[in-house]
Amino acid sequence: MTAEQIIFLLTGALVLGAALMVVTVRNLLHAALWLVVSLFGVAVLYAILQANFLAVVQVVVYIGAIAILFIFAVMLTRREAMEKGRQTRNNWWIPVLLGLFILTGLVVLILSVPGVERTATALPSGLDTVQALGMALVSPDAYVLPFEVASVLMLAALVGAVYVATADKK
Amino acid sequence: MTFWNNPINFIGYWLNGVLTGWHLPAVLATLLIYVIGIIVMILFAMTLDIGLVWVERKVVARFQDRLGPNRIGPFGLIQPVADIIKMVIKEDITPDGADKIVYNIAPVLAATSVIVLWAILPLASTIYGVDLNVGLLFIVAAGALGTLAIIMAGWSSNNKYALLGAFRMVSNMISYEIPMVIILLIPTILADTMSVRGITQAQSGMWFAILSPLALLIFLISAIAELGRSPFDLNEAESEIVAGFHIEYTGMKFGWFYAGELLHAFTFGGFIAILFFGGYGGFFGLEKLAAFAWLNIPFVQALVFIAKAMFGYWVIMWVKYSVPRIRIDHMLAFNWKFLVPLSLVVLVNTALLNKILIVLPNWLYVLGMFGSNIVIGYVTVEILRAYGRKQRKAEQIPDPQAHTQEQAV
Repeated sequence: MTAEQIIFLLTGALVLGAALMVVTVRNLLHAALWLVVSLFGVAVLYAILQANFLAVVQVVVYIGAIAILFIFAVMLTRREAMEKGRQTRNNWWIPVLLGLFILTGLVVLILSVPGVERTATALPSGLDTVQALGMALVSPDAYVLPFEVASVLMLAALVGAVYVATADKK
Repeated sequence: MTFWNNPINFIGYWLNGVLTGWHLPAVLATLLIYVIGIIVMILFAMTLDIGLVWVERKVVARFQDRLGPNRIGPFGLIQPVADIIKMVIKEDITPDGADKIVYNIAPVLAATSVIVLWAILPLASTIYGVDLNVGLLFIVAAGALGTLAIIMAGWSSNNKYALLGAFRMVSNMISYEIPMVIILLIPTILADTMSVRGITQAQSGMWFAILSPLALLIFLISAIAELGRSPFDLNEAESEIVAGFHIEYTGMKFGWFYAGELLHAFTFGGFIAILFFGGYGGFFGLEKLAAFAWLNIPFVQALVFIAKAMFGYWVIMWVKYSVPRIRIDHMLAFNWKFLVPLSLVVLVNTALLNKILIVLPNWLYVLGMFGSNIVIGYVTVEILRAYGRKQRKAEQIPDPQAHTQEQAV
């Protein structure tokens, strides 16, 4: 087992363990903090894959914006922060079955991809991945259409947010 | 490669030779050297931090017409050591009802979020932790961890003032992150890279402070907001919420917040130096001459960098001790209605002109970039003046200029 595999397995265990804590912990704020740990673990996974840009963006967007907004919302509900009721419902076995079903499907799907067991080759040392990503996002042969569609969607969301925030002012 | 032109790698190779000479496996030796390197970097930053306590106290004293620490050691130089001993031996109090684990992690995370920035800080052309190709985004990511630490501290202290401080910090950080990210794009456009080292090297001919002075100004403002220093220190406004998020922390746990804040301010001084003043280099081509070859020695470069960073730190202190705290609604309005639109205009202007003017000779390019910034700055000030006049008219406040004319009549 190589050092990279050990790091990958440890990080994977951390991500899954933290994700489990998110749904089982009774304190809402602790759940949000465990979510941060889990998301940070995903960033580490990206870093292992030499995807520096994705790793940093994962931290900026998910920890810096989304998790902090979660915590902000949770802090506003401090009195209800402790969940005291039962943690499962009577029909808990249905989602478990569904989850197992999806997991099997995903594993079968990934294993059917040709060359999945091959070790990934290291990136050439001179390659600037950020530049390659930037070029791909604006190149008509690659992802310019999805990129522009996503931009328009975000602009619409932004305009919508401003409208909702100022709607009651005549 | 000698010790004088590549000190860190020289020591690294020497250590590698020693360790493999002890029959250590090569992987383990490399790992050990990396760990030692990281520890040395952290120790350097923290030792500098001790000095910063003295610098900060002396400078604030001068701004307030006092002497500052002057009893212990020459010029009070040993004062920070005494402060540290005092902090370490103070009683450590955890308030009732505090969330103990989160409460104890928060100061560590606060200091960590600053120290990780040193990983990408190039002290000299051959002295740096790592040359990330996403260096500028790394700064933003580390800032996110700092925000998280402050929220954790504010929430887990079980104190209303601490919680209020954390609330204010979040609204502050989330808003001022936007102009900062936009402005970080300007050195990226000018240098064609997000690597901090690449940006430094791109300024060997011309500082970005001259190509885009407005960007420097906006970066300085949003950096001060990110640091939570006055006039944006609403998160620890002592006259309203006592000490904000760190109100319940005692002894060295408070010390970590304090040390983290000082080091953060210095580190941002360093980033101002790197992004806009050429970092360890940037002598306008002087270092290429034979007579000035000594400017390329790494230790000289490191001294130059620290001097530039100290200047940025001094400006941040200057602002902190001269400007009063502003109200939270003013702070948010200033960001959303002024800084964000202005930074967008500067960004579009830089992106366009950089491509158009690059065909011209270098001096015309520099003049065009500088001039366009001055024009934008002038138009902004004129718009603000017209807006202010309109608002005074609406609120029936007499125009100061019109008033003096009436009196003259």
